[in-house]
Amino acid sequence: MLTDLWQRNKALVLAGIAAVLVAMSSVVIVPETQQVVVVRLGEPVRKINAFKPNQEFGSTGAGISWRIPFVEQLVWIDKRLLSFPMERQTVLSTDQLRLEVTAYARFRVIDPVKMVKTAGSTDRVMSQLQPIMTSVLRQELGKRTFQSLLNAERGAAMIRIKENLDKQAREYGAQVIDVRIQRADLPAGALESAFARMQAAREQEATTIQAQGQKQAQLITSEAEARATQIYAAAFGKDPAFYDFYRAMKSYDATFANQANKGSSTIILSPDNEYLRQFKGR
Amino acid sequence: MSGIGSFRPGQWLAMAGRKSPWGNGNNAGGSGGDEPPAPPPGDGAPGGDPAGTPGPRNPWLKPDDYTGGERRSPNIEDIFRSKRKGPGGGGGGGGFPSLPPRANGKSWWPLVAGSIALLWLFSSSTHQLSPKEQGIVTTFGKYSHTIGSGVNFTFPWPFQTVQTRDVTSVTNDVIPEGEGENLVLTSDQNLIDLSYQVRWNIKNLEQFTFASTDPQNTVRDVAEAAMRLSVAEVPLKAVWDGTGRGQLEANTRRRMQDILDAYRAGVNVIGVDIKKADPPEKVADAFQKVNVAQQLAERDKNNAQAWAQQTLARAEGEAAAFDKVYAEYKLAPEVTKRRMYYETMERVLSANDKVVVEANGVTPYLPLPELRRRAQEAPAAGGQ
Repeated sequence: MLTDLWQRNKALVLAGIAAVLVAMSSVVIVPETQQVVVVRLGEPVRKINAFKPNQEFGSTGAGISWRIPFVEQLVWIDKRLLSFPMERQTVLSTDQLRLEVTAYARFRVIDPVKMVKTAGSTDRVMSQLQPIMTSVLRQELGKRTFQSLLNAERGAAMIRIKENLDKQAREYGAQVIDVRIQRADLPAGALESAFARMQAAREQEATTIQAQGQKQAQLITSEAEARATQIYAAAFGKDPAFYDFYRAMKSYDATFANQANKGSSTIILSPDNEYLRQFKGR
Repeated sequence: MSGIGSFRPGQWLAMAGRKSPWGNGNNAGGSGGDEPPAPPPGDGAPGGDPAGTPGPRNPWLKPDDYTGGERRSPNIEDIFRSKRKGPGGGGGGGGFPSLPPRANGKSWWPLVAGSIALLWLFSSSTHQLSPKEQGIVTTFGKYSHTIGSGVNFTFPWPFQTVQTRDVTSVTNDVIPEGEGENLVLTSDQNLIDLSYQVRWNIKNLEQFTFASTDPQNTVRDVAEAAMRLSVAEVPLKAVWDGTGRGQLEANTRRRMQDILDAYRAGVNVIGVDIKKADPPEKVADAFQKVNVAQQLAERDKNNAQAWAQQTLARAEGEAAAFDKVYAEYKLAPEVTKRRMYYETMERVLSANDKVVVEANGVTPYLPLPELRRRAQEAPAAGGQ
């Protein structure tokens, strides 16, 4: 039954399969993330789903498209924002200090036809831009002092680098969105000296802190002494003569009546002594 | 083909060493009885019985394939034919496992194929999303719409495809990965070993899916750039002792959000948290010295404070005591003074040896060393 069908309609079935194949090869399904340049006999003729700024997804031309099979070739180009890393490299600042910089650029292809004509693929664009970016970065950062490389001024430098690189990238139909220094590190030698500097600074700080502590301790004790003296003066100054007597009594107590060295002294009294006044019974 | 399909190794081994069932042991060019026959028998294999040899027929051959010694490879017609013969047609069930025929004698296959197709239609056109998920529906690659939680229906594959993603859950990216040192330069050209985490989730799934190549890595790249730039704005002290950390985290978060928005990455940065900000390992000792110095200074200050308090307390105590006595003295100055004098003298003289010397006209002889000896001997004698 099936064999009969096959035998009788061999040509028809083959023709059908061929027709399906042709139909399939004339359909192009373009996802949102891709753009396509249609090349007819080596000449780019049109583009599908090309990048345009501020377009909503779903209205960009992605989806089903058509092409003439075998005559038109397709070049697929990523439509998304692409990352383009740069090798770690050393930048010399104006004050002759070295800094190792790792940067990246983000770009997208905005003119796929131009890109296909000039570079062919995004990878080629990247490899063309790589040396440009390296030299632009060195040039621009080399104009600055080490300190300004590190902090906020970097912003202005990066904008200039971005603009410079963007100008070059437009030649390849690409647009540079952002150039950014990801890391800025000290090279090995400078790292060692930075560590040494940090160590010395910390040791100095430690010494200072300790000295400050001692100074403050002294201030506290001397202030307390002064305050105590004030208190004594205020109390005893009311009657210096009585204080003299009072203090003398306390002193005798402490010196002669100390139980710890009882009997160690011999006191020789004259009968004229004030204490023995009453002996005479007068 | 069907012959090879029917070959079973167990049977093959069982035959080894025995007399070949299809050869008489001395076939010209055939396999000997002792060694296993090299070519597997079957209609697809060359060899077998030499043409025109009389003898037992190969039991593995289908009768209609064995045409008196003339052998040929199966062609496409043969395959169709053997298929039509139904189950077991291949001599031992080549091809698919068989099902018992349906009541009307037709095959089950259309039914099975139909239900598989239905199942596939159903499974590729219904999508159940959890409350955390969103899905991007694309029609032949073109963005159509975004679906939310619950059951959603789309056209089946290959017309529409759905990519679902958890959008509300927060991703925690810890930078750096692993345990190594991540040295970051501060504004005063010092280094600090920094480790931090970035919490983010998806703000706009369409942008996240379509706008950049590797959004996860983009977030990490941006985090590193933003953090390093923010650290480069503050001195070491602010990062190390924590006073500038809140500001640093906020700055990094804001920077990251700005950059990612410029990339249209569809990412929402929730927060940046510094997990560790330590001095580099090589200078950790020096930093430790600073800590020790701080503690020493603190100890010195505390000691001084304690001493000061004691001194003041004593002064206040003594002053208060004097005031009391003075107040008494004021009431009766002469008497008080006398009393104090006698009381003190009592204590003094009772605790010491006393000698009263009438000085007038007498040359006093003071046997001081003797007195002292006596004083020393007295306790010893008392002890005996």
